[in-house]
Amino acid sequence: MSFPEEHDYIGLTDSSSMENPSSSSIVSTESEKNSVLNLKETELRLGLPGSDFHEKKAGTGVSLFGKDLKDEVNNGFSQILLKNFVSGAKRVFSDAIDESGKWGFPLKGGSEVDMENCGSENTNTLQCSLAGPSGKEIGNSNPAKLVEDKKNENNSTAPASKAQLLGWPPIQSFRKNTLATTNLSKNNDDVEGKSGLGCLYVKVSMDGAPYLRKINLKTYCSYAELSSFLGKMFSCFTIGQYASHGLPGQEHLRENCLKNLLHGSEYVLTYEDKDGDWMLVGDVPWEMFTDSCKRLRIMKGSDATGLAPRAMQKCRNQS
Amino acid sequence: MQVVWLRSSLALRDLQAFIQHTVVYCKMDPKLQKTKNSSSNSANSPDSTHSLFPFPDEVLERVLSFLHSHKDRSSVSLVCKDWYDAERWTRTKLFIGNCYSVSPEIVARRFPRIKSVTLKGKPRFSDFNLVPQHWGADVHSWLVVFAKVYPFLEELRLKRMTLNDESLKFLATSFPGFKALSLLSCEGFSTDGLKAIATHCKNLTELDIQENGMDDLGGGWLSCFSENCSSLEVLNFASLNSEVSFDALEKLVRRCKSLRILKVNKSITLDQLQQLLVLAPQLIELGTGSFQQELTPLQYEGLGIAFSNCKNLQTLSGFWEDTSLHLPVLYSACPSLTFLNLSYATLRSGELAKIVAHSPNIRRLWVLDTVGDKGLEAVGSSCPFLEELRVFPADPFEQDLHHGVTEAGFLAVSRGCRKLHYVLYFCRQMTNAAVATIVQNCPDFTHFRLCIMNPGERDYLTNEPMDEAFGAVVKTCTNLRRLALSGLLTDLTFEYIGKYAKNLEALSVAFAGSSDRGMQCVLQGCPKLRKLEIRDCPFGNAALLSGIEKYETMRSLWMSACNVTMSACKLLAKEMPRLNVEVMRDEGSDESQADKVYIYRTVAGSRRDAPPFVVTL
Repeated sequence: MSFPEEHDYIGLTDSSSMENPSSSSIVSTESEKNSVLNLKETELRLGLPGSDFHEKKAGTGVSLFGKDLKDEVNNGFSQILLKNFVSGAKRVFSDAIDESGKWGFPLKGGSEVDMENCGSENTNTLQCSLAGPSGKEIGNSNPAKLVEDKKNENNSTAPASKAQLLGWPPIQSFRKNTLATTNLSKNNDDVEGKSGLGCLYVKVSMDGAPYLRKINLKTYCSYAELSSFLGKMFSCFTIGQYASHGLPGQEHLRENCLKNLLHGSEYVLTYEDKDGDWMLVGDVPWEMFTDSCKRLRIMKGSDATGLAPRAMQKCRNQS
Repeated sequence: MQVVWLRSSLALRDLQAFIQHTVVYCKMDPKLQKTKNSSSNSANSPDSTHSLFPFPDEVLERVLSFLHSHKDRSSVSLVCKDWYDAERWTRTKLFIGNCYSVSPEIVARRFPRIKSVTLKGKPRFSDFNLVPQHWGADVHSWLVVFAKVYPFLEELRLKRMTLNDESLKFLATSFPGFKALSLLSCEGFSTDGLKAIATHCKNLTELDIQENGMDDLGGGWLSCFSENCSSLEVLNFASLNSEVSFDALEKLVRRCKSLRILKVNKSITLDQLQQLLVLAPQLIELGTGSFQQELTPLQYEGLGIAFSNCKNLQTLSGFWEDTSLHLPVLYSACPSLTFLNLSYATLRSGELAKIVAHSPNIRRLWVLDTVGDKGLEAVGSSCPFLEELRVFPADPFEQDLHHGVTEAGFLAVSRGCRKLHYVLYFCRQMTNAAVATIVQNCPDFTHFRLCIMNPGERDYLTNEPMDEAFGAVVKTCTNLRRLALSGLLTDLTFEYIGKYAKNLEALSVAFAGSSDRGMQCVLQGCPKLRKLEIRDCPFGNAALLSGIEKYETMRSLWMSACNVTMSACKLLAKEMPRLNVEVMRDEGSDESQADKVYIYRTVAGSRRDAPPFVVTL
């Protein structure tokens, strides 16, 4: 579904202030606020059907999201974005409902094309919407990075991560901090290769996508599951071959999978192992793979052609 | 004059019925609203001259001393002056749900004989960092008054209050008979304050420190308990991280024979835990320390035996860090458990399934969503008596749908646990149909708190708003007292709530609604509403002012990031002098916007300790 053009930020702002007479005073302040907060003129607006809220709260991102907003422009930007997310959301619900049901959460905005196809309608994650618009113009809000920052910050009893909506989800600070510490120590352990249950988060990047994702390798038991999930996550780019060809119980990808993969799609899944080398996914048994995988990259097939024939050779030898 | 003698062995229920009948009767008769000299002492009072009050004050007071619920006592005090007096002389437990609704002086004047105080301070949204620092709710001014008026104070229970170490020291040294201290979600103090408590309170029976914003400067406070202290019944330091002296703890547990609740922190290892269990097999509630330790087979066996010897164990909690390695040692203790709190243990479905298979008598279960839908299926099939379920998110900021629980898990529990009446459920997807089925399976919900973690999330199958889900909840669950909403919601949800939720007392709303009408429906339709907290909703002045009559019947209203302006707040404050209308503005926001509004009824007038960013209108 194409992004409804009439819902560009400025357009909606005007209409919203017209619809709501009590906020008529806000329109005049908007221009003042514009100069105060340059961030407003940025990609933020794209896909964020604004509301009278935003004008009222142009500067409120500062305190709402913590004390250091001014110092951390990146995070601050994200916070403003999130604040708009929040405020945009309020006005837009009724609009969204009037739209066709497919629109999902209205904040998908600029990166909507990507987002719509990512699994179900409702994987409209905060992080996705964060990075979508910002990726284009600001170009440095990386949600995965933000998550990491949060994890690093939360070693002490720090307040909630600044990269998230303030106070949402509604979890007590004590619980949040305790779990964050647990997760952090787990992730560290796993990355260092110690055995650990539960979590092995690795970054997944895709050539051409504006942002990375993070997945927990421990939640999958086979390449088939992994590929199926990655397929859903990045399904706008065709890498469904893993799902269709991976047979249950198999730990190696068969030769025909790789062939189909390479011929049928323009993308190849690779990973960086402990030694820092980039390897084709599927060569080794699943357990060995999860033990050595540090990050994943969905690479353009054209970049990977050098790699594939050798891998197929290996497969032939092993099968 | 009629005289009715009551046997002291009269059953409490009969007594309450008798009193309630008399209350109703007396309320109906205007002749009984005489004023009377209120300074009578119960021991010397003459017989009552009211013809319909057949018993002398001393009997009335004796009768009323059986009443413990503060709600009943409030009703009693409204009957007439005599009853008001009798009630105030016999009240020993004070419950103050909002510390600013009344002042310490007013309390001291009215109730001369208080032994136990429960005080709640900040609005609930302060738990989620929505209330700025230094907002208030300091307990010290209360303590100063209490020290003068209630020197024999024994218990203090604080929730969301601010207190510093000085206050704790003051508390410890001002009340010689002090017995029980419980601090939940409080802040401003450190373990040094605990040192004072441990040192000076010789008769301490309860020290319960839970989830506070406190400074943990070290575990030395535990060693401050004197060697004569043997009265402890409750010791909970689970949320403190510093290492305590195990030697001191061991000796303390050894000499406190009445210890029934012990919740240790993660510095206590498994074999230390075993030693403690051997010393205290009488425990009813246990909070474990760290479960992560290499155990020899002998140690493992010893631990299992220690658990099996705790025949009275009803509650288990703790389980900090990775625990799955040693869970089987618990199995022998599981059959008697009624409350299992695994909400800090990142268990998987299989591990949970095994535990609940051994715990058929569980009434309350708290877990992390790492157990997944499969784990919840196991709960559904193993725990037919389950009444309360809380599922917390292990990684609340992870947007990956692959993790956590979905509607399937909730459905599975509802099918197997028909007595479920309390749920707190964090998930990333839900459907209207699932919720409708769930409440059909379990129509007795009193507390329904559903948190779909992405704000404004739709029904993921039909793409519709979640209105029908909550509509089903309020239509089906007629006993619903507490409701927390989430997902994409229009005004329709609130129409449903106003129309059907006639017993609703607490409502929590975030990122929901389409217009003022939503909030209006709730304010006009829910007669028992006491607490309303709203954030990030499109409710404005019209909505706020529609409740102008209602707010005095409620404890409080919180509205933040909504559409309310200062002018409306000022109007409200002007019309309703017995409400405190407090506004906090965010930095740099418009002068006319009321970013955060906190409204509550009070007999104490405006706050005298309000910080500069809180403006009372």
